[in-house]
Amino acid sequence: MENVLGFISPGILSQILVGLSRTVILFIVSSGLSLILGVLRIPNVAHGSLYMIGAFMAYTVSHLFGGGTTGFWVALILAPLGVAALSFVAERSLFQFLYEREHLMLLLLTFALSLVFGDLVKLIWGAEYRSVPVPSMFQGYINLFGGLPFPIYSFFLLVMGPVIAILLWLLTNKTKIGKISRAAAVDREMVGAVGINVNWVFAIVFVIGCLLAGLGGVLVAPTVSVTLGMDHTLIMEAFLIVIMGGLGNVWGALLGALIFGLTQSLGILIWPQFGIVFPYCAVVVVLIFRPTGILRSTW
Amino acid sequence: MLDVGGINTYYGLSHILFDVSLNVKAGEVVGLLGRNGAGKSTTMKSIMGIVPPKRGTISLKGKDITGQKPFLSFRQGIGYVPDDRRVFADLSVDDNLEIVHQRGRDWDKDRVYAIFPALKEIRSRRAGHLSGGEQQMLTIGRALMGSPELLLLDEPTEGLAPLIVRDLEQQIMKLKDAGISILLSEQNVRSALRMITRAYVIDNGRIRFEGTVAELEANDEVKRKYLMI
Repeated sequence: MENVLGFISPGILSQILVGLSRTVILFIVSSGLSLILGVLRIPNVAHGSLYMIGAFMAYTVSHLFGGGTTGFWVALILAPLGVAALSFVAERSLFQFLYEREHLMLLLLTFALSLVFGDLVKLIWGAEYRSVPVPSMFQGYINLFGGLPFPIYSFFLLVMGPVIAILLWLLTNKTKIGKISRAAAVDREMVGAVGINVNWVFAIVFVIGCLLAGLGGVLVAPTVSVTLGMDHTLIMEAFLIVIMGGLGNVWGALLGALIFGLTQSLGILIWPQFGIVFPYCAVVVVLIFRPTGILRSTW
Repeated sequence: MLDVGGINTYYGLSHILFDVSLNVKAGEVVGLLGRNGAGKSTTMKSIMGIVPPKRGTISLKGKDITGQKPFLSFRQGIGYVPDDRRVFADLSVDDNLEIVHQRGRDWDKDRVYAIFPALKEIRSRRAGHLSGGEQQMLTIGRALMGSPELLLLDEPTEGLAPLIVRDLEQQIMKLKDAGISILLSEQNVRSALRMITRAYVIDNGRIRFEGTVAELEANDEVKRKYLMI
């Protein structure tokens, strides 16, 4: 162990890895937020609610399918799709009529929706804590670098992060809708003037972004207690990450999530009582030196 | 091909176009000449549907398209090349052409590259990194990808070096030969006169003159008052 990594102690390494697995959740949710912010220019405050709904849906679906490993896999597919369907309805019935209006209107609408979604969750699932069991195949620990116990589920998250990042890269760079959305992020009027129905592009991008929120909710569910209010902290963090990375830049969201997640987990190690403050300090430092974010913003 | 009947267009409260009427017949290259701020670009944007007129009518091949969304205008055969170029800077040259809605099979990337061989050389470069002339070729190529029957060219030679302007003129004439009708707006009257057969002169949002190139050449008053030549 010491031979492999020199001065880094197993404790620190384990803390870094746990921080990284938390980063994966932050990245998945923030990348969706950033995508919507970049292409549609909607500061979607309801994004956190969709993450919460994703987690509650994961609870319901996984229990419907016996609560075991099967339940988890089915939930991993169905819950994000459920969130996507919900967001599609919201986009077609509300958002699409406000694209021409100023951002403030859209901000108000998403804020209203976050309240509505919160109450809906209370109506459907109640105010109690719910838990989604870690699927049996991911229970327990593996030994990393010959002796470092590391939760298998966290390891699974560490694998999911790059998978989602690669899928997002393929989506934005290799598919027609991805290319169109990159063009629309910069000049939506001109995209319309070359025969593309921007309205539908927006619907698709919105749904993909919200699907990522739902996916984040499902993935986080086995590691936390699923409850009302889990959206509040997350939406704050996600916005900070997106601002730190550069508005609308999905790779900025990746960098921002890395910085946020790592300062959080290392901060706890350095100064436990004060640990929660470190990521916010990181945001301040980043914004002092790069006021528009680390990577190029599309705004 | 195109019939614009007495359109009045506003930006918010400011009245920009006053009863602008013009037409372009099939296969024609028609000039829309005038000074900076005369209303050339607004006329183009009104036709395309980007800034719909409040009053008046616009019809394409006899079909009313007034106030129609730009993407529908494009799908009915109007290609739009804006004066500020507006290439999709983040995308490669290839991708700029590929994302365009293709309504017919007349034009594809190969045919665009055949007209603008210089673009083919830089097909994988990011559009934001191209020179002004290259960007102009790309915006025209982008409009061509929709196999347009009518092309709205808004000041295509603006800001380009004289040598490049000459090239561009030849390429625009090739488009005419390919059967595309063109409405060409220009401040650069000398360049425009080499390409067009008929002209409208616009000033302060009103059409001040319409006639053939020969008639315009003969009308010193219009030339002096509105075109400064």
